[in-house]
Amino acid sequence: MGGFAELWVYLSREPLAALTATLLAWLAGTWCAARARWHPLANPVLVAVLLLAGVLLALGVEYRAYFAGAQFVHFLLGPATVALAVPLARQWQAVRSSLPAAVASVLGGGLFAVLSGIGIAAGLGAAPDVAASVAPRSVTTPVAMGIAEALGGLPGLTAAVVICSGIVGAALGPLVLDLLRVTDWRARGLAIGTAAHGIGTARALSVNAVAGAFSGLAMGLNALGTALLLPLLWRLVGGA
Amino acid sequence: MIGGLAILLLCQLAGEATARLLALPVPGPVLGMALLFAVLLARGGEVPKGLADTADALLRVLGLLFVPAGVGVILHLPEIARDWAPIALAILAGTLLTVGVTGLLAQRLLGRGR
Repeated sequence: MGGFAELWVYLSREPLAALTATLLAWLAGTWCAARARWHPLANPVLVAVLLLAGVLLALGVEYRAYFAGAQFVHFLLGPATVALAVPLARQWQAVRSSLPAAVASVLGGGLFAVLSGIGIAAGLGAAPDVAASVAPRSVTTPVAMGIAEALGGLPGLTAAVVICSGIVGAALGPLVLDLLRVTDWRARGLAIGTAAHGIGTARALSVNAVAGAFSGLAMGLNALGTALLLPLLWRLVGGA
Repeated sequence: MIGGLAILLLCQLAGEATARLLALPVPGPVLGMALLFAVLLARGGEVPKGLADTADALLRVLGLLFVPAGVGVILHLPEIARDWAPIALAILAGTLLTVGVTGLLAQRLLGRGR
């Protein structure tokens, strides 16, 4: 058994095992999503996170030890966030004529998203650090995690909340829009992109190109607006 | 590919430096995104091919990049066990209300602009 113990020490010290497990879990997640014909509830991120969380808990591996390896994947979130400027610049010509209305809607919707999140969480008695983790839930994950950290929230919890919000918005958001008779594809895209960030945008792109373009715009604008305004708002009210 | 990655990292670096020097409560990569967007618009919205390739490659696997942070949820199982109802309701009701409010607002404002 000495060989296995040595192997375990090696595997838990080097980033190799954590990186491999992360990529395998992601492949399993995309495989499940493809099998479910990209149904929004079969989200690859959700599947991969649940798989890895289960494995870590079952093997008794500490999150810190896992993250020491997985941080090489995590690091790429920074440049990927910067890269969101590219689709935004591409869609610029298509959306610039409706820009003032779009900006006003996204800022209004983004503010509502933040206030409703804090209101519901704090109103039902959630702890301040939990409310701070829920506040940026409509913003794309890397940005939301940065905001939560700035507010004194828990970035890991924020990541899970953001992903779940995206799945809810992408899966059930279109039903709400049908119910309210929002038929304008531009408005539908703006609503989904504001509330359900990248997961909603991916869904919108697959349904209608106009909705997809506006959803991408809304996601970028909401990320920028919430990142700039939420920390200031939070300071003003002195924390929820 | 490497040129594109260098541009993305440079923008992020500029964003992080600005956020720290000015003590802005905004994540550095978001400022980097705004900077890159401004530069691309100043160039007439045309995206250089190397940058476009790198950005598209990164954004295609965007979901994978969330996974390590998402697994961090196992650190917060006590908070989730304690506050599961407010968290679940904020996700479900908060998100669907936001979809409805933003959609109605946008349809109204867009209609007026025509």
